[in-house]
Amino acid sequence: MSKLVVSSIGPASSVQDHGRHGYQRYGLVASGAMDQLALAAANTLLGNEPFAAAIEIGPFTASFTARDGAIRVALCGAPRSADVAGRAVAMDASLTIAEGETLNLGFARGGAFSYLAIEGGIEGEPTFGSLSVNPRAGLGSPFSRPLQQGDELAAKPASGAPEQRIELPAASGPIRVVLGPQDDEFADDAKALFLDSEWKISATSDRMGYRLEGPVIKHLAGHNIVSDGTVDGSIQVPGNGAPIVLMLDRNTTGGYPKIATVISADLGRLAQTPAGTAFRFKAISVQEAQAEAGKFAQLLRSLPERLRSIESTELNIEALRGANVAGSAVNAVDAGTWQAATLAQD
Amino acid sequence: MAAPPPPPRLLPSGDRAIAVEFAKNIDDAANQRVLALDRALATAKVTGVTETAPTYRSLLVHYDPVQIGFDALGGKLLALAEMPSQATATSRRWRVPVAYGGENGIDLEDVAKSLNITPEEVVARHSGGDYRVAMIGFTPGWSYLSGLHKSLHKPRRLSPRVFTPAGTISIGGVQAGIQCLAAPSGWHLLGRTAVRTFRLHRDPVFLTEPGDRVTFYEVDAKTFAEQERAAEAGEIIAELVAA
Repeated sequence: MSKLVVSSIGPASSVQDHGRHGYQRYGLVASGAMDQLALAAANTLLGNEPFAAAIEIGPFTASFTARDGAIRVALCGAPRSADVAGRAVAMDASLTIAEGETLNLGFARGGAFSYLAIEGGIEGEPTFGSLSVNPRAGLGSPFSRPLQQGDELAAKPASGAPEQRIELPAASGPIRVVLGPQDDEFADDAKALFLDSEWKISATSDRMGYRLEGPVIKHLAGHNIVSDGTVDGSIQVPGNGAPIVLMLDRNTTGGYPKIATVISADLGRLAQTPAGTAFRFKAISVQEAQAEAGKFAQLLRSLPERLRSIESTELNIEALRGANVAGSAVNAVDAGTWQAATLAQD
Repeated sequence: MAAPPPPPRLLPSGDRAIAVEFAKNIDDAANQRVLALDRALATAKVTGVTETAPTYRSLLVHYDPVQIGFDALGGKLLALAEMPSQATATSRRWRVPVAYGGENGIDLEDVAKSLNITPEEVVARHSGGDYRVAMIGFTPGWSYLSGLHKSLHKPRRLSPRVFTPAGTISIGGVQAGIQCLAAPSGWHLLGRTAVRTFRLHRDPVFLTEPGDRVTFYEVDAKTFAEQERAAEAGEIIAELVAA
């Protein structure tokens, strides 16, 4: 068994997968990756199950070192500069880290969370079918807390399979919401203000909730309602009128009126909106949102078809030599698109 | 014969959940209808429904919109809500020991003062109550109870505490609660119990279910300490009795 050692890491970095579902009636939230598309893309690059556990890396720098053998990984999600021993590494691609080499990741640019998947997945003891870290409930494996410097993750030795990249569609535009379930707690002009204003995500946001900076949204009557259930993407408005979008480590119930809910197809895009970047909401009907959910499910299913082979560069040959399988996997020829992918990350 | 209660409101919670709302306020009859719909839905096994979360006044139904749409599921939920309620599901009652006051219940004296009664009387009214688990939410195992004695209804603290310990027994507004994990809270802390409503590697992991009955009884601080050690070893501590 090889191991991936966390040589350095910032806050908000933890092991996440599809989450643990079916226990909200007991107050246990699912948790799971903030950007499920990026998680699935990273795993698909390595032939893993799409929602297998990977390392969710927050906006800060991080570095990982391969020990006791070469390790094959894939990096998707928020773009950032990346290199192995000074050789640039592309986003949305797999790579092999040779024994003793370190993958260095810079700050996230134009996003918040990157996903580092490991070939063969992460070894751990699932609770309720998931390795996802939920620090407040003391759940998660191999660590029931965010990752720290010095942590070691057991990993399968690199297979030597040819490296691949994945083509993902660019998505932009307003974050779409369905109004409710408590939009009747707000007057029409408050709803209009919510939908017509520019918003920014506060730097004090985390996996529990994204705090929004913008105009004050006033309630019709009061800000206390009898607690009811929340979902990923519920936009609750507490007494100070500053909305909070509940994210994957949210409380399962809440006592503030919820003016709207981010549609499931756009939640990962909201999760990847950097603090301080202006964005807008747009209301659509629940039926339209469900059509978008269908398209998103189709996109997730199409990931294997979006894999592309990449020209085996010096980087990969060296890495494969480290894995002691050089020569067994040099068959990719697509220099043009590989180059394009390298340029596209900036 | 009384007129049938009005149908619940179907409120979209995004594209993957519907809140079936029976009331806006804490209402025992509404909570009974929530729990009845929850049971009926579990029996009906509707394709696409992934999980449910009962609360005081609404049932949050999570579903996969690729398998069933809002309109189709909404229709099924309204039909299930109209069906005559089955006899209440097997009702269980938990007897939960509480060490009241002192360092275990730092607000007991203040609550007594504000109500102009003795701390002993607060304990008698709290432990004399017949409670039902109306919902479990916020954090794992946090059991919200209906049935708090009217004289103990009291607004929450103006400034919530950032830390309250595991096993806290508290009251807030018209509600009583059993808190499992350490968490922030704006409620009044009357005591602590060794009972853990959520504990990994214990069978069952989750002790309470929405709809369960709960009664409290007082234990002294020494007994509480012993029970804490037994709970650490995986014992349930709460006694299960037929309702």
